[in-house]
Amino acid sequence: MPKANVTFEDIGITVTVPAGTRLIEVSERVGAGITYSCREGECGTCIMKIVSGMENLAQRSVLEDKVLQENMAGRNNRLACQAQVLGGEIVVRPG
Amino acid sequence: MKADAAVPLAPGVHWVGALDPNLREFDVILKTANGTTYNAYCVRGSAGVAVIDTVKAEYADTFFERLQQVARYDEIIAIVLNHLEPDHTGALPELMRRAPQARLYISVKAQMMLKGLLKSDELAYTPVNTGDTISLGDRTLRFLNTPYLHWPDTQCTWLEDAGMLFSGDVFGCHFCDARLFNDRVGDFRFSFEYYYAHIMRPFREYVRDALDLIEPLDLKLIAPAHGPILRDAPRAYVQRYRQLAAPQLHNEAHRDKTLIVFYISAYGNTARMAQAVRDGAEEIDGVRASLYDLQGGEVTPFVDLIEEADAIAFGTPTINGDAVKPIWDLLSSLAVVKVSDKLGAAFGSYGWSGEGVNMVEDRLRGLKLRVPVKGVRVKLIPTEDELESCRELGRDLARHLTGRVARRVIDMSELLKEHPTHAQG
Repeated sequence: MPKANVTFEDIGITVTVPAGTRLIEVSERVGAGITYSCREGECGTCIMKIVSGMENLAQRSVLEDKVLQENMAGRNNRLACQAQVLGGEIVVRPG
Repeated sequence: MKADAAVPLAPGVHWVGALDPNLREFDVILKTANGTTYNAYCVRGSAGVAVIDTVKAEYADTFFERLQQVARYDEIIAIVLNHLEPDHTGALPELMRRAPQARLYISVKAQMMLKGLLKSDELAYTPVNTGDTISLGDRTLRFLNTPYLHWPDTQCTWLEDAGMLFSGDVFGCHFCDARLFNDRVGDFRFSFEYYYAHIMRPFREYVRDALDLIEPLDLKLIAPAHGPILRDAPRAYVQRYRQLAAPQLHNEAHRDKTLIVFYISAYGNTARMAQAVRDGAEEIDGVRASLYDLQGGEVTPFVDLIEEADAIAFGTPTINGDAVKPIWDLLSSLAVVKVSDKLGAAFGSYGWSGEGVNMVEDRLRGLKLRVPVKGVRVKLIPTEDELESCRELGRDLARHLTGRVARRVIDMSELLKEHPTHAQG
């Protein structure tokens, strides 16, 4: 199965994950600082910054796009509860 | 004055709110010993009228009665919502029906809430931010974006020519007195402090940001959305907020990071683990660790301690498949302080199942603490090796606190072994 390396910059830990993993499945287990509320892509609490590797994440869904827009997120932001890794290297941090 | 009269605050500015003297509990969390008020305001300019906030739905008739005394509906060009909670927007749908030409002005963060409130995606409104203005002809309303006081959407509106700040819930309180003005009503000092402690305290960083915007204003009057209108010495209330938003406890540890280890222990096993966690943390420079037995304290001062701590660890036995009540009592009392920037950990001794530790870890994550180190669970009496695991938990937590964690690479499968039962698994 294809793998991806996700680095949580705030805690300096890189996790090797199978392609298709959502960030939410990893970040809390590893103790990273991304926080969650609804966990369903509605509230915008888990907005994170993609430091690098945006191209290695699956495209935003219509729902994620809407929530990011309504929260005035920048183009380097994604929702950790929605973003799914495809492969390669991805570096993220809270915010 | 007749019972439902609009109350003038300044030329062209009226209070058109409602009194709710019989309310005894607000939003589940607040007691209201003499009720509250829902303050709404009407500002008249040469080009039209602005209505600032409305009232709870049950009081819509009173609101419209007062509003009609000072404005015609076809004169209303702006409806400003400083806060969308239903106690301030209950009369909004009807107001929009009566004044369909009026433009709605809400903060940028209020947009999703407005859609949720009015259940429509086709609403005409203007999102506004700090510095944005609307003209009423000869007078101007200017907006101050003051988020999280106490919802994401909250904002204040400044009427410069009158020196009036329509502050939403900021500087408000639940206190009902028909005399309305702070120099005429009864003693509402307690209500003011109580309101801050329950509504604003969790957001003190945002309070400080808001005060940075408010303090430079030449304030003559603060018109909050609940409680007395502050026309006598309004700046004193701003100063009081500045005091209340400062740390509650003096930090003697200065630059040290602080870890509080709370525990409760039936046979002394979890207590020994707690001591080991504390001892381990103390080995790391720059960390000040403290140990508290929950059986020897009360919740309120522990909440104060937690507010000022950088990390908190909980030692709990597992009894009948659950962490014990004093732990849950404390963990259910943290809504009044901000904890989301702290680190958390859990550990404990158990007889046969030991799920209390994972439950506490999940609760800490639910409160948005970061839980960077897996908890230690020990069956009954801890061995020396197991106590060393506790010391290592303390050291690890302290390293995370002080930014001394070595960079590392791990595989997802290791994480799944460490956290198999996690809610997001």
